[in-house]
Amino acid sequence: MFKRIWGWIQRFSSPKHFYSISGKMIPWFAISAIFLGVYGLYMGLFVAPTDYQQGESYRIIFIHVPAAWMSMFIYVVMAVSAGIGLIWQIKLADMIAAASAPIGAWFTFIALVTGSLWGKPMWGAYWVWDARLTSELILLFLYFGYMALQSSIEDQRTADKASGLLAIVGVVNIPIIHYSVQWWNTLHQGATVSKLDKPSMHVDMLIPLLVMAIAAKLFYAAIVLVRARNQVLYRERNRQWVRELVEKL
Amino acid sequence: MLKAFYHLLARDLRLAFRSRHELANPLIFFVLVVSLFPLAVTPSADLLMVMAPGVIWVSALLSVLLSLDRLFKQDYEDGSLDQLMLSPNPLVILVLAKVFAHWLLTGLPLVLIAPLLGMFMYVPDEAISTLIFSLLLGTPVLSLVGAIGVSLTVAVNRGGVLLSLIILPLYIPILIFGANAVDVASDGMSVRGQLLFLAAVLALAISLAPLATAVALRITASR
Repeated sequence: MFKRIWGWIQRFSSPKHFYSISGKMIPWFAISAIFLGVYGLYMGLFVAPTDYQQGESYRIIFIHVPAAWMSMFIYVVMAVSAGIGLIWQIKLADMIAAASAPIGAWFTFIALVTGSLWGKPMWGAYWVWDARLTSELILLFLYFGYMALQSSIEDQRTADKASGLLAIVGVVNIPIIHYSVQWWNTLHQGATVSKLDKPSMHVDMLIPLLVMAIAAKLFYAAIVLVRARNQVLYRERNRQWVRELVEKL
Repeated sequence: MLKAFYHLLARDLRLAFRSRHELANPLIFFVLVVSLFPLAVTPSADLLMVMAPGVIWVSALLSVLLSLDRLFKQDYEDGSLDQLMLSPNPLVILVLAKVFAHWLLTGLPLVLIAPLLGMFMYVPDEAISTLIFSLLLGTPVLSLVGAIGVSLTVAVNRGGVLLSLIILPLYIPILIFGANAVDVASDGMSVRGQLLFLAAVLALAISLAPLATAVALRITASR
């Protein structure tokens, strides 16, 4: 049983096999991401009721919250696949980790920007040293560190392993950073601007939010596969099958 | 195993004392950076007192960061790091010895000179002991976590900025709790919680960081 699964994993994770399978998967992910994204945005921006407290500007959460969720989700995916790459020496896992980092960094950036755009009318300032904002900013730095290390080591295998280890160290640190930042904030400034205690959400707001969250996940799946395919082609550029592929074009 | 630990520790200390001028550099840097703040901001006691914990802690952090290079760089360049990795002793123990030596040479001097800087920055007398204790608990973590970063970047040319980029975010919890402990102590409140947290992180770092460092060395330093 175990042997069969292992064999299956190895077959799937061979770059060539991955290249052809992911090519078939990308359109599905992409189309459903677009479909759900358009539907979620329409529901969120036009159909969902206006918030009685925040007016129309609350609608940015349909972008902001999924982006913030993705920023953390992708870091965990990155660390887990880097761990798989380190432990079982599966090159494909390393490529997924490397392909994920810029996407995660962009989601973090979007979460920060939309958050500060929302903060201006709500809090009266673009940036507040709120605990969540701060730990999101630190997360962005962690992504930058990973990408910097990945790109500054020339040997690809070493770069993968080294930055993979960094991602794992980072994932151990994230809870510590998160809670210490929260603790720091509560001590420094009382509840002047902290999150408004959200009343439980109206269903008409919750559904578009969840749809957008799923759309973001599918979008990530599509993009990470595209990026990983590029990595495969680049890293295997001297292999026979890549050459044949290129000649066919 | 213990013998190897002592030998490596003694070797690193001996090597460091052979070039004494280098030994003082992080310390001078620490004092220098702290004394820049009154010059740049204001010499007024009220304001400096408020800023003191943060300024002293950030300076200590930068000073450790700049000195991290000597943890593995020279050994990497002259090949003794390869010898260490070939030795039958567990690499984790050897890493621990090297990190301990590094702390004795950079962290401990910072702790010892901190009261003087506290005076410079008008830290109240009753907070000075907290400053010392928080640094005593925090600086070893800086060395331990920094060791992971150095071992990842040791083979990279001009890895200095890269090192700070990957290590500084990981230092944030220590900075928060260390500076906050001094801050709270200045107000005359109990700092048990902060110091216990620092101690907990130290325990975690001692048990996990050398493992990560050993793995990182095997990845990057094996040519």
